[in-house]
Amino acid sequence: MSTTSSRPDATDSPVESKAGQHPAPPTARPRTKQTGWLFVVPFAVAFALFMIWPIVQGLWMSFTDESLTLSSTEFVGFDNFAEAFGDPDVWSSLGNTLFFTVITVVPLVLVALGMALLVHTGLAGQWVWRLSFFAPFLLPVSVVTIIWQWLYQPDLGMANQALEKLGLEPVGWLSDEQVAMWSIAALTVWWTVGFNFLLYLAALQSLPDQLYEAAALDGAGAWRRLFSITLPQLKRTTGLVAMLQILASLKVFDQIYILTKGGPNNSTRPILEYIYDVGFTGYRLGYASAISYLFFALIIVISIAQLRIFPRQEG
Amino acid sequence: MGRRPRRKQATEEGAPLLLGHGRLPRALASVALVVFAGLWLLPFVWAIATSFQSEQDVATPGLNPIKGALTLEPYRTVLDRGNIPIWAFNSILIAALVTLITIVISTLAAYGLSRGTFKGRKLLLGVTVASIMVPPQLLIVPLFQEMLAFNLVDTYWAVILPQVVAPMMVFILKRFFDGIPRELEEAARIDGASDLRVFWSIVLPLSRPIVAAVSVFVFIGAWNNFLWPFIVTNDPNLMTLPVGLATVEDAYGVVYAQSMASALIAAAPLIVVFLFFQRRIVKSVATTGLGGT
Repeated sequence: MSTTSSRPDATDSPVESKAGQHPAPPTARPRTKQTGWLFVVPFAVAFALFMIWPIVQGLWMSFTDESLTLSSTEFVGFDNFAEAFGDPDVWSSLGNTLFFTVITVVPLVLVALGMALLVHTGLAGQWVWRLSFFAPFLLPVSVVTIIWQWLYQPDLGMANQALEKLGLEPVGWLSDEQVAMWSIAALTVWWTVGFNFLLYLAALQSLPDQLYEAAALDGAGAWRRLFSITLPQLKRTTGLVAMLQILASLKVFDQIYILTKGGPNNSTRPILEYIYDVGFTGYRLGYASAISYLFFALIIVISIAQLRIFPRQEG
Repeated sequence: MGRRPRRKQATEEGAPLLLGHGRLPRALASVALVVFAGLWLLPFVWAIATSFQSEQDVATPGLNPIKGALTLEPYRTVLDRGNIPIWAFNSILIAALVTLITIVISTLAAYGLSRGTFKGRKLLLGVTVASIMVPPQLLIVPLFQEMLAFNLVDTYWAVILPQVVAPMMVFILKRFFDGIPRELEEAARIDGASDLRVFWSIVLPLSRPIVAAVSVFVFIGAWNNFLWPFIVTNDPNLMTLPVGLATVEDAYGVVYAQSMASALIAAAPLIVVFLFFQRRIVKSVATTGLGGT
């Protein structure tokens, strides 16, 4: 119906415009109809080149034996996917990713909520608390890992020296298979909780005062106000924070890759690192793509599950 | 900053909504807050103390983070190596260009999607929103091949270009533009202003808070991005701070005072920016709708 190629001149009369579904007066229609498209072009080009094309290309690659070393590429059908299902490394790295997600999401939601509630109680020095909790989020991943590598250092690091002071045995924070993932989770909570904290703080600040004034008149105490007003009012925010956090934790790669390279004995290797290893160290781009798409499918399933769970809780 | 903002915050956000005026709950909350903040600052304190000592002193066991005379030696050594200033320059240049390009193409696109009626508008909007779900890591393999094909590997552009596509930001901006009353634009149109002119002189000035918020998020994201710059840069002179610190600096071996010094130099810029803009940043979380209940 609309012609995107022809450009009417500036004298285009309002009468010619069709009534759109939008409530805007018809005077604006003709020009917007044409240039609206031009506004979108720069983004659309970048979007096609750096989002759509790689998505399509990656999907195609997952059905081939594409490699950084092979010169010719062959279509192999579902071979890569079949191989992935039978690959114990896929399952173990996927297990590591899910384990990391579970042990980070819970503290990242609860600690953020606790921090925001404490800061919102209105004690003096707001900017100090906000800076303390949010500052780590501003650090690049390598800075975080440099600092924590030092804290986890076996002999001189603060963690083990504190244990020694307490008369306890030193711990191989990053070298013990049983401990390493927990150490990385602790670092991750320290590093990223600030963003969730800000989301909660913003939500708290937008709660209407009247609710609390009414409760105060009814003689509700501090705990009662917390459980009957504040927490129920924060349900939507909690749903959002949990959803963003689960998606973020599933994509863990940077800090693990820098700190442990997935070790010791692959006990911390997440699925994204396995994909990286297969593609860039093992040169098997086709197989790496297939695992990527299986992982993406899992993320979509988890997202849909969350969308079904959270609205119900909101009531 | 001075005292002014602090006083303002105490009155604006310090409403005793949660605890009322009871003495005991307030005291308990203060203690908990101080403990939490202490825990969160501890790694910084430890790192800062370490960065101002000689390597020998750092190597002495002890829980007191300050073990000997304070010195600027680690900072001098690290800066003399010259890598960190180069990486800092690269990081600033790349993050600034990513932010600038992202803002330009995203605000234009969001306005087009909000006001335009061209064919394919709904399709583009739908695909853009859907692509928010795609984890960027999924695209690294084909994107790397694309960069090889374009002959861009080991250039600034390889780092910058894929990062300027920010569907989430387009969506946030579009939602904001949708809320601006069209009457404001009609008046200017009747006066003969072009679409671009209306966008530039009327819509953008009204959108300053949201554009600022989006810029902050894009900048932080680009500044801290690791995986993609790590994959497309091999030349140490083109690396960003996160990549350089993790790959090259690592090779200097176990020199803790120097490591902490480089970490703190790399951490400083964004923390200073946050100190100046923290109220703005907290507000921006609320304005983007992320924090709204």
